[in-house]
Amino acid sequence: MTKVFRRPEALTDVPTHYCPGCTHGIIQRLVAEVIDELEILDITVGIAPVGCAVLAYNYYECDMQEAAHGRAPAVATGIKRVCPDTVVFTYQGDGDLASIGLAEIVHAAARGENFTNVFVNNGIYGMTGGQMAPTTLAGDRTSTSQSGRDLQKQGHPIRISEMLATLDGVAFIERVSVHDVPNIIKARRAIKKAFEYQLAGKGFTLVEVLSTCPTNWGVTPAEAMGKVRNQMIPYYPLGVYKDTGKGEGI
Amino acid sequence: MGERILMKGNEVIAEAAIRAGCRYFFGYPITPQNEIPEYLSWRMPQVGGSFVQAESEVAAINMVYGAAGAGGRVMTSSSGPGISLKQEGISFLAAAELPAVIVNIMRCGPGLGGIQPSQSDYFQAVKGGGHGDYRLVVLAPASVQEAYDLVIEAFDIADIYRNPVMILGDGILGQMMEPVEFREIKPRDLPCKDWITNGRKNHGGKKNIINSLFLDPPIFEQHNLKLQKKYKDISASEQRAEIIDCEDADLVIVAYGSTARIAKTAIADLRHKGLKVGLFRLISLWPFPSDLLESLISKAKGFLAVEMSAGQMVEDLRLCVEGRKPVHFYGRMGGMVPTPEEIAKKVAEIINGW
Repeated sequence: MTKVFRRPEALTDVPTHYCPGCTHGIIQRLVAEVIDELEILDITVGIAPVGCAVLAYNYYECDMQEAAHGRAPAVATGIKRVCPDTVVFTYQGDGDLASIGLAEIVHAAARGENFTNVFVNNGIYGMTGGQMAPTTLAGDRTSTSQSGRDLQKQGHPIRISEMLATLDGVAFIERVSVHDVPNIIKARRAIKKAFEYQLAGKGFTLVEVLSTCPTNWGVTPAEAMGKVRNQMIPYYPLGVYKDTGKGEGI
Repeated sequence: MGERILMKGNEVIAEAAIRAGCRYFFGYPITPQNEIPEYLSWRMPQVGGSFVQAESEVAAINMVYGAAGAGGRVMTSSSGPGISLKQEGISFLAAAELPAVIVNIMRCGPGLGGIQPSQSDYFQAVKGGGHGDYRLVVLAPASVQEAYDLVIEAFDIADIYRNPVMILGDGILGQMMEPVEFREIKPRDLPCKDWITNGRKNHGGKKNIINSLFLDPPIFEQHNLKLQKKYKDISASEQRAEIIDCEDADLVIVAYGSTARIAKTAIADLRHKGLKVGLFRLISLWPFPSDLLESLISKAKGFLAVEMSAGQMVEDLRLCVEGRKPVHFYGRMGGMVPTPEEIAKKVAEIINGW
């Protein structure tokens, strides 16, 4: 019988701890498929964040480093200086990248650091139990915005892709989603392009992936996909925000 | 004796790193250590190394973490407030067992403080500063030549034990100019780095993980016991001190760094006047050179700790002396530097009071 589908070699054969319906399962797999397809497993170093993906160092078969909260882009900079021929990727949530780690991602982008960032944006803090994130939408209830995010008191959600795209060191930024199959395919293409740009030495690449958190949103996995489609995408439009390879942009 | 050059302490520390084979420096400007990043910004590229002025001391220590995990010989430098920012990263380095050299050119604190010298970061360096049960090897040079020697050794110590090592200087050392010889320091036997994350193909095909997260208590206790055993080994092998004129000393001054230099002048004066005073100069602050101090406790009548602080090292001195002999303290704070006359006056007071 012909084998038409298999676990990517880049993914370790262990059960993950993610919640049912969590899009980490999809996104993590897409990254692994791209590593397999580009045949870079032996030269890749991944950096795990603090967040739901904190155990990612157990889930990938490449060399892995666990970073302090928000500091993955700095850790990546250090690795890339010592081993410029490795492929380095960071995998961060919205608290890690857009809150405590905001300085590190901005400066890595400004320096044009040649590594790939996968930014998993689900507008909430999953691991610590559902607190508000810098990317939480107005009106959303979280454990630290229990009456709904009040823009006057709690600020406005940050659009990371748009913001980072203003920096000259950036080679490629695209915002994608994984809420249905066509979008999953587009997400995979974006991630692959980001890694290819790294291999070509083009500079900083980031793929922002709109994601779900059924557990802390208090909805079913299917409803969570609907929330991405109906509420997140209008505020965080999908598309390419910078692409030095083609001169495209939104 | 080789060629001697007149050079500033901070620049010597930077050059020593290069001579030790350090090829990666990540730092941030802060007075009074700016000459270190400035020097390395042009010197590193000369030897094919990498210099990054990071966006903050926090970012810098995390770049150190990444680089050390990937197998590089790496250094960062800062002063008090910046070292405070680095504490999380330092705890992570210790927990993940990563080698690195961290230089603190102390300025007075607390807070934003002043830019004049002090020794008020002793607690931060030796007692933690960062969270959790870990230790840094802390070395305190008292001259520009010694700064060179100790920086070179620090990289080897870091690699042998897979632990971060701190060079604890102060603004006087960093800014002063003295002759230095870039002499050969005998390298130590270093273990093979088969644990680094530089890509699977470079270390046998199986992945390596650099990590400090241990969610399972029985496993984490074992990891902590492993770290504690390492610290015991370091305590047994890496104590360093200089003992001067203590064979017949009634009072032993205990000091380190620039303060020890000043105390030496005070001692010369006092000896001239017939007072029997000696100096125990700590070179390793952690491990505290208690084995070396032990030999003096029975002979001396008392000890005087002199520090540019409210009294930090004196606490470890008291622990070591364990009440067997009186321990006195003299200190200046806020960037004030004690003079030899002040120290001599204090010694005379103590001895007259007996």
